Amino acid sequence: MLAGLTHYLILGAIIFAIGLTGALIKKNVITVLMSIELMFNGVILTVLAFERFQTPGILTGQVFALFIITVAAAEVALGLALVIAVYRNRESVDVTTVSSMKG
Amino acid sequence: MQLSGAASAAFWTIAAVAVVASLAVITLRNIFHAALFLVVSFLAMAGLFVTLSADFVAVVQVLIYAGAISILLIFALLLTREFQQGNSSNRLQAPGIFLGVLVFVTMTLVFLRTSWAPSIAPLASVPLLGPTTAPLAEVLFNKYVLPFEIASVLLLAAIIGALVLAKEEA
Repeated sequence: MLAGLTHYLILGAIIFAIGLTGALIKKNVITVLMSIELMFNGVILTVLAFERFQTPGILTGQVFALFIITVAAAEVALGLALVIAVYRNRESVDVTTVSSMKG
Repeated sequence: MQLSGAASAAFWTIAAVAVVASLAVITLRNIFHAALFLVVSFLAMAGLFVTLSADFVAVVQVLIYAGAISILLIFALLLTREFQQGNSSNRLQAPGIFLGVLVFVTMTLVFLRTSWAPSIAPLASVPLLGPTTAPLAEVLFNKYVLPFEIASVLLLAAIIGALVLAKEEA
């Protein structure tokens, strides 16, 4: 079966839903960050599929994908710095135990 | 509009690899293996970008995602000794999986019921399987130069913030 726009969109939706499920049900904060990266990847695939099939030649979708990758890199760097800072204080990064903002 | 036969064959194989790797990220017990499968998932996404004629974005994906972000995640795993804790699920397992499936089913129904007609005719200046680096440079530094500069300021702010947060107490 030849691949069309809906195949890419459904694949992007699958990867986004897998990332969303992982971000909701996992206890380990690094796994939650990895699931958020999976969600970013699903969105980038959707944006690029729209650019290729709906407006081929106008590279706005690819520029948008580059900016999504940039923002995701900045976000994961800050998130991991936060994880290290919290671990230094609390000695555990379980999302169910690090639940109070006191201290 | 549809892709050629070779690109479609590549799409189906790489899509299977990407879905299996993404499922492995959230289901494996060993976090380190989950991080390695995340790298596999990023490389599979880069392959999919190549089938979509976005070769520059595919190379950026390999460099930034599979190169830098994966190494950052593995460093954080080692620095906080997370792998001893395992990759278990919290109490919200049933509602979380239900919500994920619900979001996927909703999106799939919307995608299947919309009639996707192309907005414009394909331009002749960018051949569909040609390199996109030069056309991207023309667009990125002429039309989108303001978001480009803002993104560089954003990265500077992220670097300074990460340094301040992760600094040891003197």
